[in-house]
Amino acid sequence: MQIDGYKKNYKMYSYSKVIKDQVILKPTKKNNSLNKLRKNISNLLDELTIKDGSVISFHHHMRNGDYVLNMVMEEIAKRNVKDLTLFASSIFPCHEPLVKLIKEGVVTQIYSAYISGPVAEAISQGLMKKPVVMHTHGGRPRIIESSEIKIDVAFIAAPSCDYRGNINGSLGKNACGAIGYAVTDAWFAKNTVAITDNFVISVDKPHIEGKYIDYIIKVDSIGEASKIVSGTTKITRNPIGLKIARLAAEVIKYSGYFKNGFSFQTGAGGISLAVAHYLKEIMKEENVKGSFASGGITGYLVDMLKEGLFERLYDVQCFDLDAVQSIRENEAHIPISASKYANINDDCIVNDLDYVILGATEIDLDFNVNVTTSSTGEIMGGSGGHSDTAYGSKVTIIVSQLFNARIPVIKEHVICKTTPGETVDVLVTERGIAINPRRRDLIERFRQTNLPIMTIQELKKISDNLVGIPEEVEFTNKIVGIVEYRDGTIIDLLYKRG
Amino acid sequence: MNELRRSLLFIPGNNPGMLQNADVFDADSIIIDLEDSVSLDEKDAARILLKELVNAIIFKNIELIVRINPFDSEDYQKDIEVVKNLNIDTILLPKADIQSVKDLDNKLTEINSEIKILVLIETAFGVEKVFDILETSDRCIGLMLGGEDLCVDLTCERTKSGEEIFYARTRLLNAAHALKLKAIDTPFTNTNDEAGLIEDTNFAKKLGFTGKASINPRQITSINKCFTPTIQEINHSMRILNANKQALKEGKGVFAIDGKMVDLPIIKRAEKTIVVAQKLGLIKNSGEYHAN
Repeated sequence: MQIDGYKKNYKMYSYSKVIKDQVILKPTKKNNSLNKLRKNISNLLDELTIKDGSVISFHHHMRNGDYVLNMVMEEIAKRNVKDLTLFASSIFPCHEPLVKLIKEGVVTQIYSAYISGPVAEAISQGLMKKPVVMHTHGGRPRIIESSEIKIDVAFIAAPSCDYRGNINGSLGKNACGAIGYAVTDAWFAKNTVAITDNFVISVDKPHIEGKYIDYIIKVDSIGEASKIVSGTTKITRNPIGLKIARLAAEVIKYSGYFKNGFSFQTGAGGISLAVAHYLKEIMKEENVKGSFASGGITGYLVDMLKEGLFERLYDVQCFDLDAVQSIRENEAHIPISASKYANINDDCIVNDLDYVILGATEIDLDFNVNVTTSSTGEIMGGSGGHSDTAYGSKVTIIVSQLFNARIPVIKEHVICKTTPGETVDVLVTERGIAINPRRRDLIERFRQTNLPIMTIQELKKISDNLVGIPEEVEFTNKIVGIVEYRDGTIIDLLYKRG
Repeated sequence: MNELRRSLLFIPGNNPGMLQNADVFDADSIIIDLEDSVSLDEKDAARILLKELVNAIIFKNIELIVRINPFDSEDYQKDIEVVKNLNIDTILLPKADIQSVKDLDNKLTEINSEIKILVLIETAFGVEKVFDILETSDRCIGLMLGGEDLCVDLTCERTKSGEEIFYARTRLLNAAHALKLKAIDTPFTNTNDEAGLIEDTNFAKKLGFTGKASINPRQITSINKCFTPTIQEINHSMRILNANKQALKEGKGVFAIDGKMVDLPIIKRAEKTIVVAQKLGLIKNSGEYHAN
């Protein structure tokens, strides 16, 4: 089947342990002059001549406080170009003005790892001409490096930038910390533009070196740093969430990899932070110290670094302002690129993880996880690093309430397979813990404990008895999205609701 | 049914979300409340919800308690009519006195019910009469101190340090233990003060309380931990029991461990510790401590 607007030689997902498919050489850029500064976006666009069908990229480190994507797209739209591909690492509710450009055919395709808010709604309603491609955080640099997508212009929101184009994300009035998702764009785009509200004489320790920047534009503001906060920065107070977190920490303790030098990743959000909280207690009780924590970094992990519970943090994006301050001040808090984080063709950090804590909108009896759509089928997220870390980590732990507001998490089949069950090891809920039957080692280990271990079928039965089985959601034949696994194969398709 | 009663969690009878998850908070007993946490205009709804809940869900390994409204209230009779036919373990009787316990006992006896009674002592009169109240019915499994209402009756302020309820605590404890019944301490009401909760619970345990009531699920882990024997306590108790076994074999009346004489009360305390540890699955058949 050929999918309109998508590569012709695509492959369907098939689980394998293949790690690399090519060796990448990083190109240098054409403009190594000191004459990179341009007056404004409009003047630069005169010079760049963006045409119909161009590919424009953005990073999402300003998260829901980003101004850059909207200000650039507004200028581009004035030039009457059509059929653009937007290659944006994530899209948030603040990017609502894109909906108009989608309707007018200015933007006809989007590549992204995570989409939420009005743009996601527009895509689910079938308003885009071509299906959106939802890749992973690690898939993004792979797509760029393999030339599957050739970025015409990369626009990089730069919290601080010097006249050579050296960028540091941790300095300036809108410091966002690590800018790992912009690094590969800067290297490979035909033209790379730094947009900054903090133009300085010199940037020390740049996160992106000036040799990869062709143009610089000064603006009043690149966004609102206060809105980079992802999820919640406080531990959940919900007693059910706390119980799940406590059980997840116990799973880590008894899983066999919990020893000095272990590595760990967890996200923002109440339950994830609570896992870190309980893990911290266990680490102190057992006198165990970890080597590194990675991912999107929160203040909670920063505190664990300061207390010496981890030796270092690998940070691809900061989830709160405490993390921003830490990456600026602490050399053990190390910024990394998305490629170094999760690209299958790189020596990526996720492959060194012992534990990752992840969420789920749905999980099925084969442990496949959906974090792309809601339980009613509308796009409301995406893999981000979900399937990358699940693949790399020795123990992948999904934490979720068994049901929430009468909506169960365990389904016969997930609406969207974001992360394959082969890479998911444990589901922790408030009513029990299910281990993937593939992990006989873990099943054997947990037999020695009092942890409430049961099969995922048993957990589903408990859930079904309490809240019933929801009706199947119906979809039309219209494909609105392609879900790409980290190796570029199609793992699932998203359809318009019926 | 769970008879450990280390932690007893109050859940408002008109909160379906919490009721549905009542058994996931790790409390040994849950108390579905029809009294103070349910406003007057919600009483009927709470009774209907309680009935539907108990008929629909089987709570395993947990003691199911219902706090009904007081004997002198209009809702008392309505509560009994609903509760007496439900598959619950225990009724918590507020503002208990001899007359109310007698009445409740009679009503349950009329229908051959096996439901037990836990008396809530929360008046100055109740404190003074507690022994007689407990003796009123064989259904009484123990008492719970209601510190907040008691302080209203005593016209004093309820404080964190709790000097004002010290007399009540010790008097109630003495009565309960004299009758070999359970003594449950009053809730610690500041749900944001975990250190205070732990201190208050440890103090209650030191006095002799066998468990503590709670008004928030977040308090349960700390309460359970306080009333659960530690690995050191379990190991020490095992040493005592093993040494006792050996002493009996050798025909010795008394013996010493680590230079300290071990007599009957110490042996009995060790036995109690091991019973609790066994009930909690903390000891394997081999006698080895079991990870929890």
